[in-house]
Amino acid sequence: MIAIIDYDAGNLTSVARAVDHLGFKCIITNDTKEISKAERVIFPGVGAAGSAMESIKRLGLDQAIKNALISGKPILGICLGTQIIMEYSEENNSKCIGIIGGRVLSFRFDKNLKNESGLKIPHMGWNSVLLQKNHFVLSDVKDNDEFYFVHGFYPAPDDNSHIIGTTTHGISFASIIGYENIIATQFHPEKSGRPGLAILKNFCVWKPC
Amino acid sequence: MLSKRIIPCLDVREGKTTKGIKFQNNVDIGDPVEMARYYYESGADEIVFYDITASSEKRNIMIDVVRRVAETIFIPFSVGGGIRNLEDMRKVLLAGAEKISVNSAAVKHPDIISKGAEAFGKQCIVLGMDVKFTGKSESIPSGYEIVINGGRTHMGIDALKWAIEAEKLGAGEICLNSIDADGTCEGYELNLTSLISENVSIPVIASGGAGKPEHLFDVLTKGKADAALIASMVHYGTYTVPEIKSYLDKREVKIRSRW
Repeated sequence: MIAIIDYDAGNLTSVARAVDHLGFKCIITNDTKEISKAERVIFPGVGAAGSAMESIKRLGLDQAIKNALISGKPILGICLGTQIIMEYSEENNSKCIGIIGGRVLSFRFDKNLKNESGLKIPHMGWNSVLLQKNHFVLSDVKDNDEFYFVHGFYPAPDDNSHIIGTTTHGISFASIIGYENIIATQFHPEKSGRPGLAILKNFCVWKPC
Repeated sequence: MLSKRIIPCLDVREGKTTKGIKFQNNVDIGDPVEMARYYYESGADEIVFYDITASSEKRNIMIDVVRRVAETIFIPFSVGGGIRNLEDMRKVLLAGAEKISVNSAAVKHPDIISKGAEAFGKQCIVLGMDVKFTGKSESIPSGYEIVINGGRTHMGIDALKWAIEAEKLGAGEICLNSIDADGTCEGYELNLTSLISENVSIPVIASGGAGKPEHLFDVLTKGKADAALIASMVHYGTYTVPEIKSYLDKREVKIRSRW
């Protein structure tokens, strides 16, 4: 069973629908007992870091995710879920869960330049990912495959070895991060067609060593 | 770098598309779920549905369509038409749409944009704008006026001013439809599109007038649009999404070329 963690951040049904479609069983839950029983954990989310962290602490989910990490079960972060596992986010000045060292930063572009460079914020739409490392979960993804992004902030891990894929939107940022039993994407694999579904499918059978 | 998005648009009335896809062998698909699957598989980057069901009792049919589409395609899609309040938005989002678009309801009650953005996030809220060129005047300095009811009712609101205001209210994207170009198949309204796109920082989807791939090239370059809506040119089988994408790719427009 896969636990999709519910912390009142956006519509989680699309992740559940994609997992269902791939033929794996999942539940959407905020119950820490269910999470500790689950074989693997997906930590999605859309919304703002500040209110997300409030819900997470109130529900005790920060500890549940840390426990999942220690227990060695596979964890997949998506979008806001990927940002929330960092130490700190510039969005609402939020202290986050901190299982990956580093901060979440805001895209900053000169407003006057926006139309010359075509850069808009939020970064919304399809963009390509350059793989910096091989990873089982990414074994069906090719360099420059495109994924669907919607975000105004991005994770900046302290340790470069935690960067698995990068994407360019004005600057190059970490769009896939992780180590050991955790992998996290800034984009939405559940909305990214074939390569996105391939990531979810591989995650559902991943056995991190 | 972000790809320019190619977005087929489907009008749905009481659960059936008003224009089916006509394939060369004369097979006509009128089921919105099957059409969505066809476009998803042929590389559409997103899909837009407009519910044009007239009677409000039959609106729930659309919710069922949205649910079935969400189980079938794994790219973003938006739903517009008949969305009047937060409850309408919630139903469509819970059924699995990524975004909702509001048009005339937002012109009449602009706070639906801010309330929607606060409740569901800006990225969910698309402002649909129907625009007609009526000439520059004191009340319409850009010359482009907001219209509703398919262009029959003039609202006396300047399109540029409305776009800027909607962004401030929390719209995450604008779907900009030129009533003058709509249905002509002679190309998008480039002046209108670049005017709006240059003056807001949210993405602009150009709509109305697409007849051939060249028109998409023009609106995505000169028109500065982030995405282009297409309808009859693909529904009637004149072109396919891969043909359009390959044309744009050859002319060096960044598009998503593998799916």
